[in-house]
Amino acid sequence: MIPSEFAYKRANSVAEALQLLKDSGGEGKLLAGGHSLLPLMKFRLTNPQSLIDISKIEELKGVKLEGGRLVVGAMTTYDELVKDETAQQQIPVLVKAVRIIGDQQVRNRGTIGGNLAHGDPAADLPGAALALDAEIEVHGDLGKETIAAEDFFIAPLVTMLGENSIVTSVSFAVPSPNSRSVYLKYEHPASGYAVIGVCAVASMDDSGKVEHIRIGINGVSDVPYRARAVEEALMGAEPTEALVKEVSENAADDGEIGSDLFASEKYRRHLAKVYTERALKEIFFS
Amino acid sequence: MGSKMEISMKVNGIEKKSYTEPRMLLVHYLRDELDLTGTHIGCDTSQCGACTVYIDGKSVKSCTTLAVQADGTEVTTVEGLGDMEKLHAIQRGFWEEHGLQCGYCTPGVMMAMAALLKENPDPSESEIREGMKGAICRCTGYQFIVKAVQHAARSLAEENEKEKLVQSAGEGGAK
Ligand SMILES: Cc1cc2nc3c(=O)[nH]c(=O)nc-3n(C[C@H](O)[C@H](O)[C@H](O)COP(=O)(O)OP(=O)(O)OC[C@H]3O[C@@H](n4cnc5c(N)ncnc54)[C@H](O)[C@@H]3O)c2cc1C
Ligand code: FES
Ligand code: FES
Repeated sequence: MIPSEFAYKRANSVAEALQLLKDSGGEGKLLAGGHSLLPLMKFRLTNPQSLIDISKIEELKGVKLEGGRLVVGAMTTYDELVKDETAQQQIPVLVKAVRIIGDQQVRNRGTIGGNLAHGDPAADLPGAALALDAEIEVHGDLGKETIAAEDFFIAPLVTMLGENSIVTSVSFAVPSPNSRSVYLKYEHPASGYAVIGVCAVASMDDSGKVEHIRIGINGVSDVPYRARAVEEALMGAEPTEALVKEVSENAADDGEIGSDLFASEKYRRHLAKVYTERALKEIFFS
Repeated sequence: MGSKMEISMKVNGIEKKSYTEPRMLLVHYLRDELDLTGTHIGCDTSQCGACTVYIDGKSVKSCTTLAVQADGTEVTTVEGLGDMEKLHAIQRGFWEEHGLQCGYCTPGVMMAMAALLKENPDPSESEIREGMKGAICRCTGYQFIVKAVQHAARSLAEENEKEKLVQSAGEGGAK
């Protein structure tokens, strides 16, 4: 299991990485943690002519709080995020979701930017990104742009990222102090990826009515999605067990859910409902 | 394209310099170029962890890392964990509690568990099992591995205790 030949270059800045990408004429790929790209290259499912290693670019690292948002450098590893005190204090649910990605060795290498850029629908970060109104900062031919997580994912392994572009950071909205949040995952017993993962964040006003709710779902759908049908049904309502059960019936409505070798469409739709209901119950009633 | 590149890294404390193709995996570099065959290859899918080594103290799967990515770093393999003169506590634990059957997974498991103990010197059984997620054993059923790690945790605690005593005795003596 050896990848086919490629040239390897290390970029020391975002500008250099972009230049190297451009020079590669569409045949180059950025290498972050390598924990999605290298397995594919070992199977020769992808054969880039050159790899541009961005792991030494200092400006892509670190976690900071800025204007009510947690800004995470694209090259921040899962392990660094999990151990970051600001992240732990500000968005525990993000830390919780990242904490169960793969295993410790994977978390020591894999990165926040790489996870989203790869666009794997079974990854654990997209659900949290959607539930936390994440914004993905991208530098490319068109200069700097910010893409909302909800617009970012297009199809399995396909994102809005242009050819010569690089994710520089991802920012997540810090939930209000009175909000509650959860990430519930049913993992594939062999791969550990999410068969389903539901990330929910909600808060209530003084009268006990839902004033903010986001439900991000990864795993079951070809594209990670926000369960808008459920969100809308709960906004402004006073959550009861009966209501939560009823609205969770619509948890699969916004997804693009199909069958594969591991799970049928019917089963996936069922999982979406059951896990959404469990997530909401945990938020509202525990 | 793909032409050889000069890389240098410290492996188990010794400076190594080589010319390698960029596509050379770290695990192949360690095994085939440096003859450090304690690091094993147990799968094609980055899942088994038999290839676990440290890069700058962090456990990584060397089958999913290019040798060129480790350029300029410090790499530790199972050979660097300890030797027959002075076994690492985790190695003693595996010996005493018989934490292996065929032994194929053992180097990777010991590397993963020694890393766990560095961060969490007193792990619960479930923390040990959670830490084993990236190190698969198809023989033991894990029971004896857990015991071996617990043994190692106890002896590391005892070593620390002793060191403290020696230190405080030293300080007392200097007064
Ligand atoms: C055994 C194993 C188990 C795993 N389990 C899980 C799991 O349970 N949950 C989960 O979510 N993931 C899991 N993963 C995947 C892991 O999280 C990857 O690390 C992640 O998907 C990709 O991040 P990376 O930094 O490794 O990216 P790389 O593999 O380096 O890159 C992936 C892709 O993104 C591109 N890219 C990377 N960084 C950028 C950037 N800054 N800008 C633009 N493009 C970029 C690359 O060019 C490449 O196309 C697992 C992986 C392994 C090997
Ligand atoms: S050889 Fe199996 S994870 Fe590296
Ligand atoms: S002892 Fe045989 S694989 Fe673990």
